[in-house]
Amino acid sequence: MASPNPNAYDPAAAAAAEGTAVSTRTRTTADIVNAGLKGRYRAEKRFRMYGVIAIAAALMMVTTLFVSIVSKGYTAFAITSISLPVTVERDLVANAEGEITDRSIAFANYAAPLRAALEAQFPEVESRSERRALYEILSDGASFQLQRMIEENPDLIGREFTMTSPVSSDFDVLNKGQIDLTVPENMRRVSDAQAGWFEALQERGLIETTFNTNLFTNGDSRQPELAGIWGAVVGSFYTLMVTLLLSFPIGVAAAVYLEEFAPKNKWTDLIEVNINNLAAVPSIVFGLLGLAVFLQVFGLPRSAPVVGGLVLTLMTLPTIIIASRAALKSVPPSIREAALGVGASKLQMITHHVLPLAMPGMLTGTIIGMAQALGETAPLLMIGMVAFVVDIPGGPMDPATVLPVQIYLWADSPERAFVAKTSAAIMVLLAFLVFMNAAAVLLRKKFERRW
Amino acid sequence: MIKKTIALAALATVAAAGAAEARDQIRIVGSSTVYPFATVVAENFGKTTEFPTPVIESTGSGGGLKLFCAGVGTEHPDITNASRRIKASELEMCKNNGVEGVTEVRVGYDGIVLASDKSAPEFSVSREQLWQALAAQVPVDGKLVDNPNTKWSDISSDLPNAEIEVLGPPPTSGTRDAFVELVMEEGCEAPLEGIELSEDAHEAACATMREDGAFIEAGENDNLIVQKLQANPNALGIFGYSFLEQNSDAIKGASIDGEKPTFENIASGAYPVSRPLFFYVKNAHVGTIPGMDAYLDEFTSPRAWGPDGYLADKGLIPMDEAEREKFRDQATNLKGLTMDDLK
Repeated sequence: MASPNPNAYDPAAAAAAEGTAVSTRTRTTADIVNAGLKGRYRAEKRFRMYGVIAIAAALMMVTTLFVSIVSKGYTAFAITSISLPVTVERDLVANAEGEITDRSIAFANYAAPLRAALEAQFPEVESRSERRALYEILSDGASFQLQRMIEENPDLIGREFTMTSPVSSDFDVLNKGQIDLTVPENMRRVSDAQAGWFEALQERGLIETTFNTNLFTNGDSRQPELAGIWGAVVGSFYTLMVTLLLSFPIGVAAAVYLEEFAPKNKWTDLIEVNINNLAAVPSIVFGLLGLAVFLQVFGLPRSAPVVGGLVLTLMTLPTIIIASRAALKSVPPSIREAALGVGASKLQMITHHVLPLAMPGMLTGTIIGMAQALGETAPLLMIGMVAFVVDIPGGPMDPATVLPVQIYLWADSPERAFVAKTSAAIMVLLAFLVFMNAAAVLLRKKFERRW
Repeated sequence: MIKKTIALAALATVAAAGAAEARDQIRIVGSSTVYPFATVVAENFGKTTEFPTPVIESTGSGGGLKLFCAGVGTEHPDITNASRRIKASELEMCKNNGVEGVTEVRVGYDGIVLASDKSAPEFSVSREQLWQALAAQVPVDGKLVDNPNTKWSDISSDLPNAEIEVLGPPPTSGTRDAFVELVMEEGCEAPLEGIELSEDAHEAACATMREDGAFIEAGENDNLIVQKLQANPNALGIFGYSFLEQNSDAIKGASIDGEKPTFENIASGAYPVSRPLFFYVKNAHVGTIPGMDAYLDEFTSPRAWGPDGYLADKGLIPMDEAEREKFRDQATNLKGLTMDDLK
């Protein structure tokens, strides 16, 4: 029988090679094997296909996720701003005695010169209601920006200078083509007149689209054009620092004790079962624990990253302990025996030989635990970190929020421009997660030793 | 390892020092309906004064009052927002925990709207018809039976021949409470007339929403409900007015009892489904927590809650001038709330 498959077992050829006679009996068995071979190859092919389909499905979901996030969010990285020639008259910032002091500068009405600058562009706009509609082009943040400029550089008083500030979010969205001007006027946020003015400003070259630095330097705000993630990034940083400082040493110490010192008895078994159980506890439970212990017993402040860090430590400890124990287990006993054999103490054996060899595995586990902690919101709800916090936290005791919470809060906001902001913040969070996971993989690749 | 021990010790010291130190920013908790307004005031307050920006948590009206009434001291919040009035039992709890002076400030009104996708035809419905569409049990031939209405046209021939599908918030939401109180409990009166029911059964028949798929609890995220409305133009969603205001190019409000949910109609009281919003101030904290009086001043200033103020831009329906005057007075004089006020 001439099999089309080169791998098929041909008993005649095999027998010829061996130079022995082939009995009828073996010929029948071989025939049975050969007859079934096609089916077995098909089964293997199908099995591989299932794998490929599974991978393809997973990849498709990831791609859909990324495409939907990026396509919604990429516009948030650009911001529409307006440049106007502004003059802050001396009278405006002077106090009743006509002097300019720090206090008089702080309390001046900076909206007035900005509005005057905008009116100068459209002298034909006269009625009060029309003017109010015109002022809506300016962001609420522009007057604060002007105030800061004057405070930093009082020489600007009385001179004409060009000021570039973001336009309000409705016009930012209009400029990005996300408002359909064909729907009836009373059903959209921007009126025909406002759209006309905005177009005129565009024709005069006063409107430009630039990179949105606000998104990366500001704290939260209810004005989408001013809102940024820096406050949340700093909050996440402090929270993760506290988590790392606590969970890494505790986790490693626990793993070393359990792996190297602990006697094998019922107690260690119980501890081991409990650690594995803790890894499976829903994270909200740790939040409730944090509320009861850290806030109500120890009286730590609400919304503080230090409490968030403590709660997330509870959550990441099991991950780190389990990963560290696995890393310690993978160090071969010959290393330990050799160290002890040349006269090292048990402490020297562990700190000089076992720990350095297990460290890459421990670090990988720690980074993965940290990445989990970075994406966590549920336990933080209970300790008050799901909050509107504008000021950038200056330390782990200041009220703060974290990146995933910021995403959650923006996703819930009614203003249209927050839709893009939400996706942009998700992209930043994903970037951090990808970076951390890549670091874990690299560490493993570079330092891992196979025995 | 030694370095880490030092770092740990340093951290513990910082923690202990920080906890002992007094709080310098205002802490606010409470209703998710008032949250979008309170945050705007807080942000403006933070930018225009030397005080830090207050920290605001959205915990829901009931959750907020529970935290607020837990006691006096820097570990407890200073102000709680509420989309309903404080209950006598809650004021009692406050008093039992040593929170003596509580000042009530009404900030304005919020309308509850029924909205559909902008491509959908105009929809006009009465509260009675809404109850007929959404109640778990309705009377048929003088007896309460499980709601048989599957299409709007089953209720009245004026209504469209379309499946009843209403997406609304879960029972934990203040918007849901208000919808039940202002629509369901009003709409049930006429149909239930002449049916013998105990008081409790009457109450339950009025307020229980059906659970057979015609009313869908769609979670707290309004943006998600909008996406579902776009997928099905026959569906309606329940929103706060401020959300409709911001998304008027994507969804449109249905008329209820013949009135459209516009700013003017809600402000004048013509639109029937609107509720007052409040915040409550812990008097003992004014003067202790820096900036409390300045925050109250900012919230009750015309540029915030006036008809042309920035809160109106965010969709808050302002009170008339006399009411604003009255509550501004209460806020500045910290007129404590008594049990008699709640009767």
